[in-house]
Amino acid sequence: MSAVVAEHDHHDEHHDHGPAKGLVRWLITTNHKDIGTLYLLFALAMFFVGGLMALVIRAELFEPGMQFVNPTFFNSMTTMHALVMVFGAVMPAFVGLANWQIPLMIGAPDMALPRLNNMSFWMLVAGVLLLASTLFMEGGAPACGWTFYPPLVLRDCGHALPFAVFSVHMLGVSSIMGAINIIATILNMRAPKMTLMKMPLFVWTWLITAFLLIAIMPVFAGAVTMLLTDKFFATSFFDAAGGGDPVLYQHIFWFFGHPEVYVMILPTFGVASTIIPVFARKPLFGYSSMVYATASIAFLSFIVWAHHMFTVGMPIAGELYFMYATMLIAIPTGVKVFNWTATMWKGAMTFETPMLFSICFVVLFTMGGLTGLMMSVAPTDFQYHDTYFIVAHFHYTLVPASVFILMAAGYFWLPKWTGNMYDERLARFHFWMSAISVNILFFPQHFLGLAGMPRRIPDYAVQFADWNMVSSIGAFIFGFSQLIFLYIVIKTINGGTGEKVTDEVWEDASKHSLEWTLPSPVPYHTWATPPEEVPSEHF
Amino acid sequence: MIDSSGQKNTRLVWILAFVGIAMFGFGYALVPLYNVLCDITGINGKTNAQAVKEVVYQVDKSREVKVEFLTTLNESTPLLFWTQATTMKVYPGQYYTVNFYAKNKTEKTLVVRAIDSVSPGLTKDYFKKTVCFCFSQQTFKPHELKTMPVRFVVSPDLPKQYKTITLSYTFFDNTELSVKK
Repeated sequence: MSAVVAEHDHHDEHHDHGPAKGLVRWLITTNHKDIGTLYLLFALAMFFVGGLMALVIRAELFEPGMQFVNPTFFNSMTTMHALVMVFGAVMPAFVGLANWQIPLMIGAPDMALPRLNNMSFWMLVAGVLLLASTLFMEGGAPACGWTFYPPLVLRDCGHALPFAVFSVHMLGVSSIMGAINIIATILNMRAPKMTLMKMPLFVWTWLITAFLLIAIMPVFAGAVTMLLTDKFFATSFFDAAGGGDPVLYQHIFWFFGHPEVYVMILPTFGVASTIIPVFARKPLFGYSSMVYATASIAFLSFIVWAHHMFTVGMPIAGELYFMYATMLIAIPTGVKVFNWTATMWKGAMTFETPMLFSICFVVLFTMGGLTGLMMSVAPTDFQYHDTYFIVAHFHYTLVPASVFILMAAGYFWLPKWTGNMYDERLARFHFWMSAISVNILFFPQHFLGLAGMPRRIPDYAVQFADWNMVSSIGAFIFGFSQLIFLYIVIKTINGGTGEKVTDEVWEDASKHSLEWTLPSPVPYHTWATPPEEVPSEHF
Repeated sequence: MIDSSGQKNTRLVWILAFVGIAMFGFGYALVPLYNVLCDITGINGKTNAQAVKEVVYQVDKSREVKVEFLTTLNESTPLLFWTQATTMKVYPGQYYTVNFYAKNKTEKTLVVRAIDSVSPGLTKDYFKKTVCFCFSQQTFKPHELKTMPVRFVVSPDLPKQYKTITLSYTFFDNTELSVKK
């Protein structure tokens, strides 16, 4: 080795390494910011893939009759749309935000287990690719619904079942490793003065979400493994002919499935609780009640699962228990909604795009929550069960809630991460297009559901034609509006409006959270020495 | 400092990984838990899977219980399946025999399994079978017709509020499964 190189190496030992050069950087990186970026970009790509599948569904439902696809492919699309959006888009997007923000917000130099972090990401990619590969197989992608209910799944999923099951295993391992990493980071790597009750709410919600993930992903992995052995190794967990019970699968699945919906919504609450105080220029109202509300929602999520299956034939005592337990969730959720409102109350509010998305989230999430409360009433749920009403409900809690908050987070933190300002005019245009079209898309589905249109069908009775057409028009406007977001993100990464942002980016943001005290763009390595002071709750 | 945080991390990772593995086991533990729960509460109405010994009860002639019989074929089970009577009035404590018939519609030998349940589920402990084709798998030769008697008794302890008991049989085609095994 030449002396020059040796000297160069020596020189590097005393300074921070920059990122590795070229594409290899992204393959081998253990830097929390790089991995966060990877997660976010992957999630954005999957958001468009899943969105394309949704547009296939809405195109077919534009009018009654079969127009574009055959029923099996239609069912594949509903199944894959759900799996891709849940496991490929929303969850990874929040893990990406966690990777970027948690170390910055708690004053840690990186995640606790950087190599594991890299492995979590690439395992996710492998899992999603494995799932996507079924689209090109003989027999096609799984067409049995994302819930994989037996006995249908054991007959109808064909060659795709083992691929879907192994993909779930990989996604599960990836999520669990990510969750372990997040817990280790939050519990062990906070700046000395950052006590638990001083942590930003985004960090709190992720800590609780991570515990949920560790508790539920293995149960889901177990359930699909039982499906696999039922299908190929002659076990009879769910096969009635061998003494099993298909209803048992629903219990196990929803023991996972209900907390899973909170995995997607708790970090959403965290981001909203971070953004709203900044633009209201007030501290978050009721910080500790927010923490306790989050913890209560997480606890309650484990004891309400059977409200997904009121119609399977439960004893009346079971129906009543699950009905009242489900209604209880409205209390901590209501605490949150009132706290956000109180945070805005008499605040010096400005309406930059992140705030617009956050306010829209508070309003539309409340609507989604309210329809959830309607369905928690066991006797009326018999009418709503498996209709478009439930589709409208969970899309209101996922799209104008989780997805809008992810957009808000993008607009909120991109200037910090890149040092460039996004195009505010275009961003507001994106907001209004999304906010209006999302309602054109999902609001009519309430009417369709109440009128009795079942979900997961490629064709329908003519009486449902009008609202389906409206919904499909909304879907296409919403889908294409997201290209504006893509354009804004790419433009911001490549210099944005040319205006350089300050370290704070948003007025007085550094009073709220640590990352705004760092330079913009954020250097590749931060908090090599932990910060001396942390923002106080009252300022 | 770095070392101690490394140790702290290792410990925490092991604990959390253990929780993850334990939860995988918990998923499997839900299977027996569910069966025990169903057994206690009678949720899925499973009656005795093995023959019970015939004991003589004091026949309760003061009331009659209506027993209904349902014969169902799961999906594509290629059988004909019917019963001698769809309903019977019975006295609690007295033994009755009712015939079920099934015929193989195909040229192939079939291995089938009948799964039974009663409704309301909580009557399962009072409905007892001493002879039943559901206690074991049944093999049907091509086009074979079988007469399958079921001998049962409704126990006189049956609470008074139950006036009707429905006994349902579903035949599942296990031919492929039995080859696999």
